[in-house]
Amino acid sequence: MTAHVSNLGDVTLAVVPPVARFNLRIAPGDLKAASKAFGLDLPAKVGQGAHEGDRSAWCLGPDEWLLHAPEAEQGTIVDAFAAIREKVAHSLVVISDREVAYGLSGPRATELLTTGCPIDLGRIKVGNAKRTVFDYAQVVLIRDAEDEWRLEVWRSFAPHVEALLTTAQRELASGL
Amino acid sequence: MLLINCPYCDDTLPELEFAYAGEAHIARPADPSKLSDEEWRDFLFIRTNVKGVHAERWRHINGCGRFFNALRDTVSDQFVTTYKAGEPRPEPKTLEAAE
Ligand SMILES: [Zn+2]
Repeated sequence: MTAHVSNLGDVTLAVVPPVARFNLRIAPGDLKAASKAFGLDLPAKVGQGAHEGDRSAWCLGPDEWLLHAPEAEQGTIVDAFAAIREKVAHSLVVISDREVAYGLSGPRATELLTTGCPIDLGRIKVGNAKRTVFDYAQVVLIRDAEDEWRLEVWRSFAPHVEALLTTAQRELASGL
Repeated sequence: MLLINCPYCDDTLPELEFAYAGEAHIARPADPSKLSDEEWRDFLFIRTNVKGVHAERWRHINGCGRFFNALRDTVSDQFVTTYKAGEPRPEPKTLEAAE
């Protein structure tokens, strides 16, 4: 997919650059060991995010986390978790290329998301994230600032989601 | 749209994030081969089909991913309460006390 940026309707929509992305499943009791391996205190409550330097983690479920790190550090992180696997049972799956991430920013970015999201977006605090739906496609919404979001979606659903986002963006621009 | 409380997320969210998963508290027989055909049929297909408060499984599939149980009134479509998988069905008395 070609990375592009469109600036319309008080919203900038862009395909954001790739990152190393992981899905971590681990018993909450072993969170300390996972935090040590990742180099960041993983948040314990569903929805919460934690950030340290260029690494981020969001709790998606009672025993599930989404981890982000720079692309170049993917191998190091895989090795760090492999080193604790013998003592701490967990599953770490590299999902870097499974998703496409869209960045939405600008005064009407939140309004644009409401065209496909049934949830009350005001309840996602800055720095946090939530798995939800965008027009029936499962997505993870990350709130980076009051009017700055990232939407991560499985690659195969991306054309559908992108088409809806750009259509809604044109509607905002035309004053609808 | 229905709003459903997920006991794992501790949040009340739109029905679109959830999937219905049938009647709750139906344990799979430990040794199916010991069952008669009638008993196996009952386990697989026979449900209470209650008119009123029904204990049922739901999954927060587009959220935390967890299965949980709910009491829902099949007449009014109102959710009475939701509770974590593995917990016993709440008694009407407990519910009144919680109000
Ligand atoms: Zn949930």
